[in-house]
Amino acid sequence: MSYLTITELQKHYDNYHALRGINLSISEGEFIVFVGPSGCGKSTLLRTIAGLESCSSGSIKLDGRDITEVASSKRDLAMVFQSYALYPHMTVAENLSFALRLAKVSQAEIQQKVHAASASLQLDELLERKPKELSGGQRQRVAIGRAIVRQPKVFLFDEPLSNLDAALRVQMRLELARLHKKLGTTMVYVTHDQVEAMTLADRVVILNAGQIEQVGTPLELYRQPNSRFVAEFIGTPKMNLIPIDTIIREEENLNLQLLNSQVAFPENRLHGPLPSSVTMGIRPEHMALVEHGGQISGRVELVEHLGSEAYAHIQLANNQTIIVKASARSDLKDGQAVNVQIDEAEIILFNDSDRVISVIPEEA
Amino acid sequence: MKRSITRLLMAPSVIMLLVWMVIPLSMTIYFSTIRYNLLYPGQNNFVGWMNFEFFITDPGFIPAVSNTLILLLSVLIITVVLGVMLSALIDKPFFGQGIVRVLLISPFFIMPTVNALIWKNMMMNPVYGIFAWISQTLGFEPIDWLSSFPLGSVIMMVSWQWLPFAILVFVTALQSQDTEQKEAAQMDGATGWHIFRYLTIPHLARPIAVVIMIETIFLLAIFAEIFVSTGGGPGYDSTNLAYLIYNQALLQYDVGVASAGGLFAVLLANIVAFFLIRAVGKNLTV
Amino acid sequence: MTLNQQRKLKTLVTGLFAWTVALVLFFPIFWMFITSFKTELQAISIPPALFFEPTVDNFRVVQERSDYVHHALNSVITSFGSTIIALIIAIPAAYSMAFFPGKRTKDILLWMLSTKMLPAVGVLVPIYILCRDYGLLDSRTALVIIFTLMNLPIVVWMLFSYFKDLPKEILEAARMDGATPWDEVVKVVLPLSVGAISSTALLSIVLCWNEAFWSLNLTASDAAPLTAMIASYSSPEGLFWAKLSAASTLACAPIVIFGWFCQKQLVQGLTFGAVK
Repeated sequence: MSYLTITELQKHYDNYHALRGINLSISEGEFIVFVGPSGCGKSTLLRTIAGLESCSSGSIKLDGRDITEVASSKRDLAMVFQSYALYPHMTVAENLSFALRLAKVSQAEIQQKVHAASASLQLDELLERKPKELSGGQRQRVAIGRAIVRQPKVFLFDEPLSNLDAALRVQMRLELARLHKKLGTTMVYVTHDQVEAMTLADRVVILNAGQIEQVGTPLELYRQPNSRFVAEFIGTPKMNLIPIDTIIREEENLNLQLLNSQVAFPENRLHGPLPSSVTMGIRPEHMALVEHGGQISGRVELVEHLGSEAYAHIQLANNQTIIVKASARSDLKDGQAVNVQIDEAEIILFNDSDRVISVIPEEA
Repeated sequence: MKRSITRLLMAPSVIMLLVWMVIPLSMTIYFSTIRYNLLYPGQNNFVGWMNFEFFITDPGFIPAVSNTLILLLSVLIITVVLGVMLSALIDKPFFGQGIVRVLLISPFFIMPTVNALIWKNMMMNPVYGIFAWISQTLGFEPIDWLSSFPLGSVIMMVSWQWLPFAILVFVTALQSQDTEQKEAAQMDGATGWHIFRYLTIPHLARPIAVVIMIETIFLLAIFAEIFVSTGGGPGYDSTNLAYLIYNQALLQYDVGVASAGGLFAVLLANIVAFFLIRAVGKNLTV
Repeated sequence: MTLNQQRKLKTLVTGLFAWTVALVLFFPIFWMFITSFKTELQAISIPPALFFEPTVDNFRVVQERSDYVHHALNSVITSFGSTIIALIIAIPAAYSMAFFPGKRTKDILLWMLSTKMLPAVGVLVPIYILCRDYGLLDSRTALVIIFTLMNLPIVVWMLFSYFKDLPKEILEAARMDGATPWDEVVKVVLPLSVGAISSTALLSIVLCWNEAFWSLNLTASDAAPLTAMIASYSSPEGLFWAKLSAASTLACAPIVIFGWFCQKQLVQGLTFGAVK
């Protein structure tokens, strides 16, 4: 059953349409991540759920109660801000207990809850310090602790890791995942980082220009994007996109002609009518460099070695550069001619309006 | 929060300032159209523009207007130009920076009446003053500053009060200047002058605007320095509008003419304020 | 010369220059202070006397002749009184404008500032007459009211620019934590603005303490603050520089020392936060 339901949400600023009819239902205990490029409306959507922004029309329901017009303070939500927004004049302990003190919770209960939160976040040593005496990671944990203490119905996170350095970010990401497992509370999380989205989310909501582009589990989005936008947004390095010159129908296959070569595509994977202009999408890890054979050929432009693997940038005959995953040991030389083997089962096709017209093959 | 509550919170400030502006101003307008002399009570008949004619044709009028503007512009130029140059020169760490700061800002806290008295007596006195002693020591004839250069003397006193303020504002602003930017310019082969001209001055645009605005507010109303030191004289040589009107109202008891003069001062201030607030308003983020 | 020596020389030159500028600008104050401990004869000696046997006679005479304590008390009462009233009126206004700005907020602020540009002489006559008719001439009440109104725009502006710089997310966090608007102001905004409010108060006190136009025109003796007391020493007869200096030192010392402690906040405040 839906726990948090957003219906036809619209948000207009003076001359800017920030949210254009958002519909979304979130189940209890889910970890939902809003992701999208900057300006897509993900933060606005989160802040509207929080009640920090009013919506122009539409409704928000939480646990059966309509909270569209309820003040932030009465929504039973907790939020972790990008800047942490700790109260600089209060100690860590006071920061953690502020909400409880406002709610006139008894001293004993406050003590117990603050203690529980600080223990689980390793803040015990820091309780008497002021925020300015803490490191970035510690502040982040206090901000999370402040949210946990309240035991809200939903946690809201607004790009909480973006002010941390790379190593700390990975560590906090894990802690958040653990926290979610432990508490089992519904979490709504905003980020612009698709890796965070993929690793944390039960379901990812991809937003673009104030609209939901696609909702799905990380794997669904990766394997079966709806649109070119989603396909390009999810996955690093990006999916390669190669225009198809012509398509020849053969018996069971479509024969995709590109760059003087041919790639076969099973017709039963085609969804809907065949448009006049088609683009092929293929991820770097679904191609291989081979000595003989392969469907297309090109020249090595440069190779990025990541240690465990390498990415070869290959320049094709039409001067387009594609990225192909190669083994870490490959001793490719710049300028060397190579053949590229495409895994035909992983090809995705886009029509001229950037929608996906292929479906994933049934698992055997 | 509801619009009405935010209005309610602003109301006391807005209403009080409105009353403070409207009531005396409308009284001034009324007085300026009647005959009203405290020495001849009971003859308050309507006289139209006569008070304005009197005020404008007063021999002190032209000097007062030009003195007001000369005073404003001179002090602004002196404090801003000297302030920018001096602050750029001392914008490096050196021994005893904190004490220098404290010494520098002190004149700003000296009340105008004391300021005028110190300068008039101990500095500018033609016989016993420090300036007289310096010129004698150097073999020059001492100058009677207050009678030879009355307006210049007032400008000097007022600049002395406001220059430290300008320096401190600019020094503080310079501390926020991007050092990497300066270093990049140095690597690009910029000389000290280039850095001053193309990086420092643009960086100071906003502080300069603020200093000009604050100083203008106070400089248009300069009164005590003149009152204490030159008394507006000799003749009208150091009389500004504020002093002229004070003269009409409280020394000659002519409320009608003083009111007309007051309105003129308001008009002048509004002209200055109009340009200033437009220019500076853009520079102040609201 | 090595690069390092060059740098050291530069620092030295900068330091010498800065000290020279500071000492020249400070000299009149220093001289006033020194002179206040001289006899009248030493005060006008040529060449000026730098070393002498100090006397505190002048201070005693000033107290006897002009009742320094009485005027100082007037200064304290009028500047602190009007500052407190101005703060009470201005804090709610600045809060509402900074955190709940409307389309006309900027206009209202600029209008407030423009009232500060109205020259006092424009309203001198009516204020004088109103005070006369209500028996407020030479009263501290009149000065407190006028000082409050005079500084209100600046106080609102300063508080506004401080409030505006408070991180909005902290207030939003408080709201998410269940804070009512009242909690928000009392438990978050005010504690965070202690510094801002006190430096605004300081500036207002300094401006009131040194205000001369209204003090000179509306008071005679009973309510006369120090600015007006000092003006009575401007009489041309006789050279009583030592006593004049003593009186001036007494009048300025409280506020100058006060100013030394908070000069940084004061400068920052007076530029409405445009300079950090």
